[in-house]
Amino acid sequence: MSAKVEDKLFLNRFNVDDESHLRLIDPDVCMKKCDDQPCLYICPANVYKMEKDRVSVNYEGCLECGSCRVGCPHFNIDWRFPRGGYGVRHKFG
Amino acid sequence: MEEKFDAAIVGAGPAGISAACILADRGVKVIVLERGEYPGSKNMFGGVLYGRCLGRIIPDYAQKNCPIERNIVESRISYLSEQGSISFAYRDHAFFEELQNNAFTVGRAKFDRWFADQARAKGALVVCSTVVTDLLRDEAGRVIGVKTDRADGDLRAKVVLLADGVNSPLAARSGFRPEVRPGKVALAVKELIALPEEVIDERFGVSAGNGVTNEILGNVTAGMNGVAFIYTNRRSVSIGIGANLSDFARQRVRPYEMIERLKLHPAISPLIKDGKPTEYIAHWLPEGGFETVPKLFGDGFLIAGDSAMLFNALHREGSNLAMASGRLAAATILDAMEKGDFSSRTLQAYGARLEESFVLKDLKKYRRFPSFLETHKELFTTLPDGVSAALRTILTVDETPKKTSQRAAWQAMRSRTAPLRLLHLIWDAWRSIR
Repeated sequence: MSAKVEDKLFLNRFNVDDESHLRLIDPDVCMKKCDDQPCLYICPANVYKMEKDRVSVNYEGCLECGSCRVGCPHFNIDWRFPRGGYGVRHKFG
Repeated sequence: MEEKFDAAIVGAGPAGISAACILADRGVKVIVLERGEYPGSKNMFGGVLYGRCLGRIIPDYAQKNCPIERNIVESRISYLSEQGSISFAYRDHAFFEELQNNAFTVGRAKFDRWFADQARAKGALVVCSTVVTDLLRDEAGRVIGVKTDRADGDLRAKVVLLADGVNSPLAARSGFRPEVRPGKVALAVKELIALPEEVIDERFGVSAGNGVTNEILGNVTAGMNGVAFIYTNRRSVSIGIGANLSDFARQRVRPYEMIERLKLHPAISPLIKDGKPTEYIAHWLPEGGFETVPKLFGDGFLIAGDSAMLFNALHREGSNLAMASGRLAAATILDAMEKGDFSSRTLQAYGARLEESFVLKDLKKYRRFPSFLETHKELFTTLPDGVSAALRTILTVDETPKKTSQRAAWQAMRSRTAPLRLLHLIWDAWRSIR
């Protein structure tokens, strides 16, 4: 059984766009003002990861649920749908 | 796109396609805009669809090769503790015959595509790979079309039906529905586990295209207000788990770890043993109930399905509410076409139609249910283990006199959940669903 989220995402089909549909509006807010950083936990695809000095956004595996957008206590995530036809493509759904 | 349409529908899910079918059938010039590469490519639900609601749109759906996975003949509810499982199952011969396809499982990638093809056959235009980014309005604020992410992206229509699902950045941007608050949605993840058809038949005690649904409650959601499920498809089972999004943030539980724990539970793992995971997806469920339903219409627009937060959490019904609301929206649009008036004065009939139907009647009946779950976390924390410990004590045969073991069972129960709290639970549960 696949225990790691990377293994799970590997099962899916994605049509990855060159440009991210997710953007941290002010990266400083994440590091200086956000104590809880719920994006690091609630994202089912682990899109947000804590790096040495910043939060990275690995939009390629985004499952497009929207949880980070409304879960961010500082509304610091500019969240759009991927361009038409891009992003996750459900095989079964 | 220069062409002007009578109706533009945002989203090729059950709500949007239901409306498109009815409108196209009556000769209305209708376009459906879908952001995915094909209808269903972005859509997810647990897996159960309801024949009666689909039959109102496509009466001969079974003959038209609707991609049904399994006809549901048995519904189970399981309440899991750390090691134990209490189950209730109901199977009825009626579901094999006269009530066949009362409920059946489908995969959305196949079903939504099939459903959209039915709308196309009736004359609706379904355009994929197109994101609706905003609404077009006139000076008076009336909705007169949509903006899309295509180069020639503006599209005019006499009326717009918003059926773009629960996660709608368009909703917040255009103001037709306030942005979702984390406490009012559940985040669910679902895995598809491939298994041979005969293995599924054997494990669930079914055959010949029949299947079982199993709702799962208890401490599998790690103390969060949530629910899990296993549904049988033809050659796979869908296993999923979801919980209130605020609870996820508060408890710092990772969704993909939670579904792994569920898969390892002693009552669940035998059902999926040796299965091969083939997909992992996530989606919200609009679990806020009646209180979160927005204004359902305005000048030039209507809202249906998950976009309108029409979801019955207690009865696991969503796709049928989407189809019914899409159908009632279409009926209202037909009236508006006849009158030539698309203002809220005419479109308000949609609200009345929903009020008279099971859609809003059910949501009103269960309006207290979401807060019941929020305020009774013991359902997901101490109660499962209490009940389990009590039953274990009663079922352990070891020469202890029954009076002693029954007292011990009650003690096991009350040490985890106080008797007064139990009384409260029963009283509030009854009040929330009566």
